[in-house]
Amino acid sequence: MSHSIAGYLLVAAASIYLIRALPMTLIRRDIRNPFIRSFLHYVPYVTLSVMTFPAILSATGSLASAWAGFAAGAALAYLDGNLFRVALGACLAVYLAEWLLI
Amino acid sequence: MNEKGQNRTWLLRGVRDGVPIALGYFAVAFALGIAAKRIGMSAFQAAAMSALMLASAGQYAALTVIAGGGGYLQMAVTTFIVNLRYLLMSCALSQKVDVDMKLRHRFLMSYAVTDEIFGLAMSAEGRLNPFYQYGAALIAAPGWTAGAFLGAGAGAILPVRVSNALSVALYGMFLAIIIPAGKKNKIVAGIVLCSMLCSFLLTRLPVVRGLSSGMQIIVLTVLIAGAAAWLFPVKEEAKGGDEIVS
Repeated sequence: MSHSIAGYLLVAAASIYLIRALPMTLIRRDIRNPFIRSFLHYVPYVTLSVMTFPAILSATGSLASAWAGFAAGAALAYLDGNLFRVALGACLAVYLAEWLLI
Repeated sequence: MNEKGQNRTWLLRGVRDGVPIALGYFAVAFALGIAAKRIGMSAFQAAAMSALMLASAGQYAALTVIAGGGGYLQMAVTTFIVNLRYLLMSCALSQKVDVDMKLRHRFLMSYAVTDEIFGLAMSAEGRLNPFYQYGAALIAAPGWTAGAFLGAGAGAILPVRVSNALSVALYGMFLAIIIPAGKKNKIVAGIVLCSMLCSFLLTRLPVVRGLSSGMQIIVLTVLIAGAAAWLFPVKEEAKGGDEIVS
């Protein structure tokens, strides 16, 4: 059986859309169960934390510049908290670090 | 303000907050485009894949299946497992929107359940207006698609230092969501620190080190959010506006 790129893409797209759409369309009321409510409340923080660290350490050209980006991003997030400024600050820190180090 | 005006405001707000997402997406998708090109896909195919899937780890996994000549079933199963975290996010999102929200909004919003847009959506105060999500998606999805197209078509036009710098934009955004929330709430701060430590350990310890990154995210999310929910149940709010960043 031969597989075309278009076929692969359609299967992958359908599979990923189902995952995203099933809960959104099937859960049509507020969940009352306190455990489930609390669990869903904490999900984003855990997921985003797990995806950030340690992945950020291998995102750039060197460990040092990655740490610079992480530190700058964390500090700006604590002091300022604006999405755009934090993201930009982290990028600038990486750029400067690589410019200084390499 | 009437409903239309409010929707418009949220749409514009979504576009504005989606700009850093779009920048980060562009850089990540660029790398993804190069990877797609390497296994023989055209720039149009890479762009179509990005527009249809809107997922980073999921698309890398899909490229692996294509490169390995796996079957359609393998593609469906791999995509499902690698992206299982979206199932959890979608559950959380279903509780963030108005109970009476129209089904067509639910279908449309589902397209843009990505790590970053989800993070943004959950950080909005009170109930989520779907137009906030649409605004973010309207700028982020073209950034993602264009990045993949150019990456596959033009290879390395960005200087290495610039693409390295851009690739932390997404993490900067994540930090801007989790750290201010931790500043306001000690339990969330503990959860953030614990999650980072555990995820660091998972990449170092023998045996578990072999888990794919998608699997690691699912396992840690279920365990840590589950433990936190058991130990620190969230108090029921009087009104419907349950604030995720409280």
